[in-house]
Amino acid sequence: MTTPLKAPEVTQEIARHFPEAIVEVEEKAILVQSSTLLQVAQFLKTTPGLDFDYLTYVAAVDYLDYFEVVYHLISIEHNHSLVLKVRCYDRENPVLPSVVSLWRGADFQEREVYDLMGISFSGHPNLKRIFLWEGFLGHPLRRDYL
Amino acid sequence: MEIEAEKIGYPLEEVDQAEGKAIEELKARSQQPIPDPDRWLEEEVRRNIFITSIDAFLDWGRRYSVWPVNFGLACCAFEMIATAASRFDISRFGMEIFRPSPRQADLMIVAGTLTWKMAPTLRRIYDQMAEPKWVVAMGACAISGGTFSSSYSVVPGVNHIVPVDVYVPGCPPRPEALLHGLIMLHKKIGKQSPLGEAIRELKSLTREETKKRIEEYRGRMRQVLGRGI
Repeated sequence: MTTPLKAPEVTQEIARHFPEAIVEVEEKAILVQSSTLLQVAQFLKTTPGLDFDYLTYVAAVDYLDYFEVVYHLISIEHNHSLVLKVRCYDRENPVLPSVVSLWRGADFQEREVYDLMGISFSGHPNLKRIFLWEGFLGHPLRRDYL
Repeated sequence: MEIEAEKIGYPLEEVDQAEGKAIEELKARSQQPIPDPDRWLEEEVRRNIFITSIDAFLDWGRRYSVWPVNFGLACCAFEMIATAASRFDISRFGMEIFRPSPRQADLMIVAGTLTWKMAPTLRRIYDQMAEPKWVVAMGACAISGGTFSSSYSVVPGVNHIVPVDVYVPGCPPRPEALLHGLIMLHKKIGKQSPLGEAIRELKSLTREETKKRIEEYRGRMRQVLGRGI
């Protein structure tokens, strides 16, 4: 069974390297600044002892005031997991850094988020719709979509 | 990892745009459902004695040798697979194998939710099947879109895309229900008059119309063969 890491402990380690990155700490999830997402993700992937080498999935939630993108990370080596979150306050043109350069599996997941939620990922190699067709108007999983 | 544009000869963006355009066009022209084929109803009345025995023979042959094409789209597909497998055994009704190629099939069992993105493919596979051909809409989604009928991405019933002969309700229907639907289809095929239809149609044509028809067929053949597969 994969053990979820305690977020406050991991947060301390992250905060030692990136003091401004942490926004909020929950029991099992860490909310980070979107501008530092890539550095934090890189840190989580490469630091010995953490080694989050596998991204299970990327999800997006629409809270009307902001979008939250959730990354579920797993370390196959240590068999532990962590949840990483970022927020995006721009509703008209939401942009977040892409993590495809770190985890190749984020490719289709980010395309899905882009397709249904309308969040762009800068640095994504092939950002286009995946479920719906080219020319579809709007992003149907947004809460104001009708 | 990515497909290089040179390998397929044209840029990938164009492929996406062409696909999107095709879907939009299909969506625009299939807002109304295609009426169910019901010519067999009047056939029964119009059938004449002379060709009945040949028709009956042809219908008998067609009825017990229906070849289904593999078109599982969602959870209904598993009931369709169960129908084909040993427990329910579709071969008792003369359909041994599901064909992976539409060219070798004359029955399309649409099993599952049809999305607009899949719709052009369904239409293309239907068009590739040889005449005579029949369609069974299996399950609530195929009949009317089911729970997803007002969704942004689901076709509200496959009869918007292809004409449907038999509707099998259920969510998903049990294999017995599908088998019952197939027996209904057998009955329907038995009421058709293949020779009568052809003869009546040819008789009704004038000389000019016949010439036009032949040219039309030639043009279509040229189109198909010229374009390749």
